[in-house]
Amino acid sequence: MRRTSRSVLPGFGVSLGITCTYLSLMVLLPLATVFALTADLSWAEFWGTVTNPRVLASYRVTFGASFVAALVNTVFGLLVAWVLVRYRFPGRRLVDAMVDLPFALPTAVAGIALTTLYAGNGWVGRYLEPLGIKVSYTWIGVTVALIFIGLPFVVRTVQPVLDDLEVEVEEAAASLGARRSQTFLRVVLPTVAPALLTGFALAFARAIGEYGSVVFISGNMPMKTEIVPLLIITKLEQYDYAGATAVALVMLLVSFALLLAINLLQWAARRRVEA
Amino acid sequence: MATIAFTRPATTAPRAITRATGESPAVRRTLTAVALVFLALTLLLPLVLVFHEALSKGVEAYLAAVREPDALSAARLTLLIAGIAVPVNLVFGVSAAWCIAKFDFRGKNLLITLIDLPFAVSPVISGMIFVLLFGMHGWFGGWLFDHDIKIIFGVPGMVLATTFITSPFIARELIPLMQEQGTEEEEAAIVLGAGGWQTFRRVTLPNIRWGLLYGLILCNARAMGEFGAVSVVSGHIRGETNTLPLHVEILYNEYAFAASFAVASVLTLLAFVTLALKTLVEWQQHRADAERTEDVPPAERIAA
Repeated sequence: MRRTSRSVLPGFGVSLGITCTYLSLMVLLPLATVFALTADLSWAEFWGTVTNPRVLASYRVTFGASFVAALVNTVFGLLVAWVLVRYRFPGRRLVDAMVDLPFALPTAVAGIALTTLYAGNGWVGRYLEPLGIKVSYTWIGVTVALIFIGLPFVVRTVQPVLDDLEVEVEEAAASLGARRSQTFLRVVLPTVAPALLTGFALAFARAIGEYGSVVFISGNMPMKTEIVPLLIITKLEQYDYAGATAVALVMLLVSFALLLAINLLQWAARRRVEA
Repeated sequence: MATIAFTRPATTAPRAITRATGESPAVRRTLTAVALVFLALTLLLPLVLVFHEALSKGVEAYLAAVREPDALSAARLTLLIAGIAVPVNLVFGVSAAWCIAKFDFRGKNLLITLIDLPFAVSPVISGMIFVLLFGMHGWFGGWLFDHDIKIIFGVPGMVLATTFITSPFIARELIPLMQEQGTEEEEAAIVLGAGGWQTFRRVTLPNIRWGLLYGLILCNARAMGEFGAVSVVSGHIRGETNTLPLHVEILYNEYAFAASFAVASVLTLLAFVTLALKTLVEWQQHRADAERTEDVPPAERIAA
């Protein structure tokens, strides 16, 4: 990396040196082990490991629950952001600060609290059980935990966009005879759509890697409620490093693809704003 | 994980909502009620439950669980790990932000993406990569065993995994802030004869202090609360390689629910402190921003 223009400011070499050395040793070298160790496997071994029925079942749980949770978060995240930006009610600032709770609360605490809440004798579970709905130790429980974890991503992505929305545009729509619902669907929604999609992707990306909040509520039954991160830990504990790494590589590739998609989405959104 | 994980909530002043662009009061009340009920169910109820369960066996049992030697040693280890990971990432974050925000060079976007990378990695995989490096069967496992150095299932591994997980927080917060502020003020200081360190301390630091504090708070919260990554590399030995979140898990799995929730309530208080500090910093930053925009630009001051 070379500087492309001169500057009078000092410290370029030192700061870039620290940054690159640190990134290489702390981040890139450790991550490279996943790729290097998977390369030791033959293609058939790799494919056999990552498409084993138990592994496939864990993909279904992880990706299925993450998708549903991110979808729920998209709907309610938009609603919460809308209410926080547009309406005034007592305690609004407190509620606004509370939205970040899932970022601040250690995941293990969220995990045991949600499990107890939704267990058959829990505060919420006891009302759902008679209806035949079991949450804790089922697929639904996994989704509930992921909804908790993912909510702030959607709210915090949509909120600034709603805040910047020009009231004049809505006024124009109204003065041209649009009903409020029409204005929302045709004017507001298309404007916040990129932010909503980004929020969805962020919540989904966080959910597929989540461990702490899910592991308590899921019950961890192989083929039924076992998530991919737990399967990786199980393989590690059995000293099946090759198996753990192969599954981890699949998850890493999905995560990196999502990171790329999110960056492209944000880049496109910025260009739209600047245009 | 990624990119805008911690965008600040908007704090603009209430806007007059005209009839044409607002919903009817009934719709407004319904939407607000639905949103608040949803938040109460997902966020508030778990919090209330933590304290309810923690105190379910009385205040004495609560205090006993929190003061038990294993809980205290877990708290000490949590503080130690955060005490190493946060300063290390502070140095990294400031260095990264300085070279990225104040200089132009090729590969800058790649560097920003690489800094973000740990946000995209599952905590479990973040722990696993250090097992692959330093575990018994890992790359350096044999050498470490010969020299009797224990990293995995010990404190060094937990520090490494936590440092990895929390590395983007401060850098992410500072890079956009320092990019926005440009280089003019620092250049003026240098031209007037200030040294590099002096310029950073007297010019840059006052401008970025709220952003820096914000990053530190978030970095610390994650370092103290991390569970998945630490769980993979910890030996789970009580009194030795147990952090507070891991202690919560052990107690819970032993059906010592009240004790487990008692320790969990300490972590919940930590989350409250984090949120309160974070909100305070946001208000300060908002005020600082408002003051700066109210300042008349120097050129106009001269013209007037």
